[in-house]
Amino acid sequence: MAGKNSYNMCICGVGGQGIIKTSVIIGEAAMNQGFNVVLSEIHGMSQREGSVSTELRIGDFEGSILPDHSADMLLSFEPIEIVRALNKANKDTKLVFNTHPIIPSSGDKPYPNTNNLISILEENYNHVLPIDGNQLAIDAGNIVSLNMVLLGAVTADDNFPISKESVIDAMKNNLKPQFHELNVKAIESGYQWIKG
Amino acid sequence: MNLNELITGKSGDKQFLLGNEAAVRGVIEAGISVAATYPGTPSSEIGNVLSMLAKDANIYFEFSTNEKVAMEVAATAAASGLRSFTFMKHVGLNVASDSFMTTAYSGVKGGMVILTADDPSIFSSQNEQDSRHYGHLASLPVLEPSSCQEVKDMVKYAFELSEQFELPVIVRTTTRVSHMRGIVEFGEISDNSSEDETHWKKGNFKKDPSQYVPVPANALRMHVDLVEKMENAEKISNKSEFNREITFTENKKYGLIASGSAFNYAKDVVDVKGLDINILKLGFSNPTPSRLIADFLEGLDEVFVVEEVDPIMEKEVLAIVAQNKLDVVVHGKLDDTFPKYHEYTPDVVLDGFNKVLDCCTKEEYELSSSLQELVDAIPNRAPVLCSGCPHRSMYYGVNKAMEELNIPASDVVFASDIGCYTLGINPPYYAADYLLSMGSSVGDGCGFSIATNQKVVSFIGDSTFFHSGVSPLINAIHNKANFVLTVLDNRITAMTGGQPNPGIPIDAMGDKAPEISIRKLALACGCSFVRVINPLNLEQVINTYKEALEYDGVAVIISKSPCTLIKGYAKKPPVEYVESNCNNCLKCTNELACPAISLNNGKIILDQSMCVGCNVCVQVCKYGALNAGMR
Repeated sequence: MAGKNSYNMCICGVGGQGIIKTSVIIGEAAMNQGFNVVLSEIHGMSQREGSVSTELRIGDFEGSILPDHSADMLLSFEPIEIVRALNKANKDTKLVFNTHPIIPSSGDKPYPNTNNLISILEENYNHVLPIDGNQLAIDAGNIVSLNMVLLGAVTADDNFPISKESVIDAMKNNLKPQFHELNVKAIESGYQWIKG
Repeated sequence: MNLNELITGKSGDKQFLLGNEAAVRGVIEAGISVAATYPGTPSSEIGNVLSMLAKDANIYFEFSTNEKVAMEVAATAAASGLRSFTFMKHVGLNVASDSFMTTAYSGVKGGMVILTADDPSIFSSQNEQDSRHYGHLASLPVLEPSSCQEVKDMVKYAFELSEQFELPVIVRTTTRVSHMRGIVEFGEISDNSSEDETHWKKGNFKKDPSQYVPVPANALRMHVDLVEKMENAEKISNKSEFNREITFTENKKYGLIASGSAFNYAKDVVDVKGLDINILKLGFSNPTPSRLIADFLEGLDEVFVVEEVDPIMEKEVLAIVAQNKLDVVVHGKLDDTFPKYHEYTPDVVLDGFNKVLDCCTKEEYELSSSLQELVDAIPNRAPVLCSGCPHRSMYYGVNKAMEELNIPASDVVFASDIGCYTLGINPPYYAADYLLSMGSSVGDGCGFSIATNQKVVSFIGDSTFFHSGVSPLINAIHNKANFVLTVLDNRITAMTGGQPNPGIPIDAMGDKAPEISIRKLALACGCSFVRVINPLNLEQVINTYKEALEYDGVAVIISKSPCTLIKGYAKKPPVEYVESNCNNCLKCTNELACPAISLNNGKIILDQSMCVGCNVCVQVCKYGALNAGMR
C-alpha cells in the first residue's frame, strides 16, 4: 500500500529495550514537523521479556496498523526480532537492526547464527543494515543509550522524513536532562555510523 | 511529553498522546471530581496517570478493590451531583455488571461515564468479548472513539450527554484505540475547584427513594422511564457530530458503515486503493441512529458493515433494511465477508472487500527457501516470569514437594488466576490447569475438591485476592473444602504495571493508608492452616507445600516477597557462575528456568545484567556452580 506522502515503520525488539520510548520520540518529532502521525503500542503481558513491537504511520492515515509488506523501514533492537517482523517488509524495505542477540530463555529452538541470518537477509532484501548497536552505545558512554544509537541510525536514512534535530528535540522533551548529553552523543554515533 | 501538561495544557495545544492519556485529558476538561477503577489492560494507563495527577486536577481517585466497588463509588458520586468516571477492561465490566445494570434505572444527577476497554485478539485477557452488548443489555448510550482525538472529545462529551438524559454513558475503546498514540488538540477545561477542605469538591445527595431504591414498585416505573430516555437519546444520535458521512464518490452503488478501530482500517483501504465507496462512520452507536442509517442506505445496492468483534451494528442495519423495505445487500460477519473473531487489520478489511468486489490485487511476497527456513527457525520469545520473580520458586517448590511425596502431576489440579502468575502455565512448571476469571482459583478449589479425589493447589495474587478471593475463601471454609490456596503476595498489582492494593500502606493518590493483612483475613475466614513464608527460601517453600498437601482442609500459604519491578526494589549482587564446578545437570535451566540463565550450544550462560541476586538458583545448584555474589 505505497503511494501518498507517507512513511511506515515497524519497531521491534525485546521487552525492556526502550522500544516504546523510541517510537514515541519519533512520533512526537513527526508531529512537531507538521506531519500527521499514529502509533500503535502493545502494553501488558507481552512486556515480560517477550517480543515487543510498535507500528508507526506518518502521513494521512487513520489506523496505526501497517498493511502487510508496506513498511518503509523495520527497526529491530535484536537480530531475530527483525525476522519475526518480515511480514511487514518488501524487497525495498530498509532493514536496520542491532546485531547483539538476546537469547530467549523460553525459546523452543536453538538461537540461529547471527552472521548466517545477516547473509540470508542480504540475499533477499535490497537494504540490509546491521549495526553493532551495543558496542556503539558502550563507546558513546553507556549501554542504556542503545535505543538512541538506533534512533540516530534511522534518522540517517535519506527517505526518513524527520530530521535529526527534530529527533533530538523530542528526545529532550521525553527523557531526563541528566541523560541528554549522553543521548545526543549516542544519536550522533548511530547517525554517523550509517552515513559513514 | 511531561504528563503534567494534561492539566496545564491550554486549549489549542497539541500533544502526541496515548489513547488512555487522551481519556485523562477528557475527564480533566470535563471537570470531574471523582474517579475509581480496578487496573486492567488495556485501560490501566488511565489509572496510572490519574494516580499522578489527581490531586493537582482536583479529583478524588482510588484503585478500588474491584470494578463493582469502583462502579458503586462512581454511581453514588454522580447521584450526589458530581461528575464521576469509572473505567475498566471489558471483563472488569462483567464484575461490575450487577450494580452497573441498575445504574441505568436509578440514573445520575452529575454526569457519569463508564469507559470499557475491549481487547480484540486477546493481547492481555482471557476472552475477546464485545462490551457494546452491555449498552444494549442495560439500555445505555454507547460512544465508540476511533482516534486519540475522539477519545478525548467523546469522553468530554459523554458527561454532557449523561447529564442531559440523567443516565450513565459508556465509552467503548479497544486495545488499538487505548494503546494507539496520535495527535490530540486540547479544549477548554471546566472549573472543578473545591471550596471544601478536601482537594476535590463535595456534592450533596438529595434523598429520593422513588428514584434511588429500585424496589419492584419503583423499578417497574424506572424501566418505563429508561425506555423513554433512550428513545429520546436516539434523536440525538441521529444528529450527532460523531456520526458522519465521508464521501469518496458520486457513485451510490456501494456504502460502508464502520466504528472504532475497524473504521480506521476501512477508511485507509478505501482511501489508498481509491475505491468507489462512501463511508458512514458511527461514533455514537447506541441508541442506533436508525434514521441516519436509513438515509445513508437509501439508493445503495450493497453495504459493508465493518466492526470489531461481534455483528452488533450489522444486525441493527439488517433490521433497518427490513423496517424500511430497502433493497440493500448487507455484507459483514453474518455472510462471512469479514471474520467473526480477532481484531481487524487493513489486510483483513481488504480481503473482505475482495470477496465481494474483487477490486484489489494483493501483491504476494513469496519467501525464498533460505528465508523461509530462517523464519521457521526463529525461537519463540514468549513472555516469562522476570528474573528473580518470587513466583518462580513457588512453582518450582510445589513441583518438588509433589515429587518428594510421590504425588504424580496428574493427581494435582492447579487452579490459576489472573495476573503474572498465569505464566505458571509454561514449562517447566505446568502450574495452571484451569482458569476462569479474577478470584476463580479459590472457587475452583472448592469445586474440584468436592468433584474429584485429586488434590488441588490454587494460585492467586495479593491484589486478585482482595478483588475476588475473600468471599470464595469463606465459602471454602464453611463448606469444608479441601485444597491448598497459595496467595502470591508480591506487594503490588504487578501485571498491569505496579498499582498499589489494599495490602500495602499507600493509596492511589500516594497518601498513607491502612494496610490490610491477608494473614488476618484468612484467619478471620476460619482458616486454621495459615503460613506466611519467604518464597526465596526454597527449603521453606518445599516443606510448607509438603505439609499443606497432606493437610485435611483448606491450607493457606502466603508467599510474601516484593515484585522485582517495584521502584526501589533492593537488588542484591548478581550470582556468579563457576563453569569448572558445573556438571551440566541443567537443573537450573530445565527446572528453574530463570531468564537470566540460558543454554546456548550446550553451555550455561548467566546474564549478570539481568540477575537481581534472588539466589534461588544458588539453592537449586548442588555442585557449587552458581554462587551468591559478593558485595
